[in-house]
Amino acid sequence: MLELRQITKRFGDVLANDRVDIVVKPATIHAIVGENGAGKSTAMRIAYGFYTADSGEILVDGHVRDIKSPHDAIALGIGMVHQHFMLVETMTVAENIVLGAEPGNTLALDIKSAASQIRKLSEEFKLAVNPNEPIEHLSVGQQQRVELLKALYRHARLLILDEPTAVLTPLEVEEFFAILRRMREQGKTVIIITHKLSEVLAISDEVTVMRDGKVVGRVQTKDTNAAELARLMVGREVLLRVEKSDPDVGRPKLEVNKLSVIDRNGSKRVNDVTFNVRSGEIVGIAGVEGNGQTELIEALAGLVDPAYIKGEMIFEGKSLNHMGARVRRELGIAHIPEDRHRRGLLLDFMLTENSILGVHYRPPITALAGGVFLDNNAIQRRADEIIQRFDVRPPNAALPARALSGGNQQKLIIGREYHVNPKLLLVSQPTRGVDIGAIEFIHRQLVALRDAGCAILLVSAELEEVTSLSDRLLIIHDGRIAGEVDPKVATLEEIGLLMTRGH
Amino acid sequence: MTKLARELLFPLIAVLAAFIVGGILILLIGDNPLVTYRLLFGSALSWPDGIGYTLFHATPLIFTGLAVLVGFRCGLFNIGAEGQLYIAAFATAWVGITFANLNPWLLIPFCFLAAIFSGAFWGAIPGVLKARFGSHEVINTIMLNFIAVALVSYFTQYHYKVPGDPILQTSPIGEGAHIARLGKFIPGFPERIPLNVAFLLALLCCLLVYLFLWRTKWGYEIRATGSNPSAAEYGGISVRTQIVLAMAVSGALAGMVGINEVLGYRYRYYDGFSDNYGFTGIAVALLGRNHPVGVILAALLFAALQHGGIYVDGFSEHVTKDIVQVLQGIIILFIAAEAFFKWVLGGRFSMHRLRANV
Repeated sequence: MLELRQITKRFGDVLANDRVDIVVKPATIHAIVGENGAGKSTAMRIAYGFYTADSGEILVDGHVRDIKSPHDAIALGIGMVHQHFMLVETMTVAENIVLGAEPGNTLALDIKSAASQIRKLSEEFKLAVNPNEPIEHLSVGQQQRVELLKALYRHARLLILDEPTAVLTPLEVEEFFAILRRMREQGKTVIIITHKLSEVLAISDEVTVMRDGKVVGRVQTKDTNAAELARLMVGREVLLRVEKSDPDVGRPKLEVNKLSVIDRNGSKRVNDVTFNVRSGEIVGIAGVEGNGQTELIEALAGLVDPAYIKGEMIFEGKSLNHMGARVRRELGIAHIPEDRHRRGLLLDFMLTENSILGVHYRPPITALAGGVFLDNNAIQRRADEIIQRFDVRPPNAALPARALSGGNQQKLIIGREYHVNPKLLLVSQPTRGVDIGAIEFIHRQLVALRDAGCAILLVSAELEEVTSLSDRLLIIHDGRIAGEVDPKVATLEEIGLLMTRGH
Repeated sequence: MTKLARELLFPLIAVLAAFIVGGILILLIGDNPLVTYRLLFGSALSWPDGIGYTLFHATPLIFTGLAVLVGFRCGLFNIGAEGQLYIAAFATAWVGITFANLNPWLLIPFCFLAAIFSGAFWGAIPGVLKARFGSHEVINTIMLNFIAVALVSYFTQYHYKVPGDPILQTSPIGEGAHIARLGKFIPGFPERIPLNVAFLLALLCCLLVYLFLWRTKWGYEIRATGSNPSAAEYGGISVRTQIVLAMAVSGALAGMVGINEVLGYRYRYYDGFSDNYGFTGIAVALLGRNHPVGVILAALLFAALQHGGIYVDGFSEHVTKDIVQVLQGIIILFIAAEAFFKWVLGGRFSMHRLRANV
């Protein structure tokens, strides 16, 4: 169906695609896997006409084709669904789908016939989408199906899906895979770009593995396993499962008592939540994103105005409610934020300056004149220690944080927060956008900190991560704790159900 | 390319481009651009008058450039330097008049403090408004400029003018408040040139601002707030405090224009003395890439243009000193269009960013 031959694409000094060969057979589901920056999205964007390759050729149905723009790709029956949906919230499903491919003549828009056509397509693939519903009333999963419909409406025979499951709950993922299988049965070809190995194994027929812009492996899914794929992606053996001993649990460090966090509109983002975290254990919070996790962690870190908080937060017997972020840090509470660009880093500042955020105002960072001046030697030492201990690359403390990859930025933040030997660590999405190799490292570091007696509260949207790391697992839904499970025995289905249904 | 070269490249391109476009304009008007530019810089750099006056004009621009710089580094756009320097100049004169008989060793520091604190006060007002109510500092500083100018005119006219004086100016300050002109120390440099100790103070302030912003914990907090307020908050920094602090420091720096004007030049408050120093300070800070050394260089360039422009007016056939305004305007335009330049130059620069994000 689609074949990329010797595709090379260079961005400045960066070789994004280096003689890439990909063959996608018709009526199959083909997974393209690789770490961030491996070049998988670039290759697919070339196939969809977003970029033009520097050299190499694209074959569609065995003929060499010149795809200069997405328009050409659509004409050849290639559709693409992006990670971020391109939908107009206030318009209906049908209006969104015909946008850019309006039926009828230019003056009289024939939305009715379009709607009936969409309804037919929706029934054919069991998408259960009502063409007259406005987009803003739809769930994320439904919106994704609208994107699929958009491609199908334009007669796409090949669908390229970029990280399609990133926004879905486990249940929605199952439904979504069922849809993909139905499409394959109807003769459609699907390319799925992903880095989640479990999904590759569950859905695909064939896998192309990319690393550093090159294709490093082509395998039949039935002949491979997660360990082999991970090894191909990273280029070395990777420990997929977190190895940890039973926790040596101490006294409660953090006690949260009937905590509610109210937003500016007066609605409760966190609703009457009670739990504790003891030293030496990792308490996980699983949930679909946007169910109050962000607000909970920010409230605990002192980043929410106390006026918006009800209930109690107690750390080592002291109420945190009216303490600012600085005082909480001084007590030994560290925080690895979910959004490292917005919260965690000063992107234009050097690594040295980033390594002292939060402790910049006190010795040993300050010196002279009663601690007014910054001690550059102390800062340099601290930065070098963090870079060395957490293997931040490139190991150049004078670089701006912006110049690092996501994984290395995350390692810098973790190193900074570890450097104060915290008693309580609040950590959110520690491995988001981080390569597999670094994920393994970060997981080991979290377990090591736990074993050193730190209390850790872990929020993650990655179910596998949160279940494998946590000693106890709370499930949050709509701001409430929907249940607590033992992550060693609970099934993903059980957890997924609590995540979506509440009880 | 080294960091320094990168920082210098765009300001230099902007200045060069401005002179080329300005040259074309001069040609169209009917003069020879080379002759005009030689006249401009020849007179701005002649010894002792040209250099003396250029440095004298540069003094307030260094102060206001630093003021805008400190605001920028905290993510604030202080358009209020003009109002701050008027309030401060008047306060300086008021102290100089009211305590005229005090010992100079007391009076001069007293006048300095008046300039610094009144400027800081006027600057802190929009800071507090932003920190407390979230109202935008650009709007408030512009409004406060009008209030400041009207306020000092009123007090000059109705309370501090010598009766019968046709000029809108206060009575003179006490002689003890005069600060020395540099002609006193430099042989061959006449004392009639108003270049005074305030120029050295301006240079000292550049060093102090550098140390403050890049070597103290307070400066770190201000810069962190300017770079990413959410991350600063996460690091336990009170963003509100930094906003007020930065605006106060900014106002204090703008206020020091009053020292140059009142204690070193006119020895009284003269209404409407500012030649848009506060606004030119924005251009100075931008051209100087928000760095104290850059501010000195940019202030010198703008001061040279300002002083040389007078001679262009007098000695060239068609071109008037308005050409200086044109040049300044084009420089600012080109600086503002830096993003466009980067795009045109393409590849190299944007690729650095892209690679960082891969």
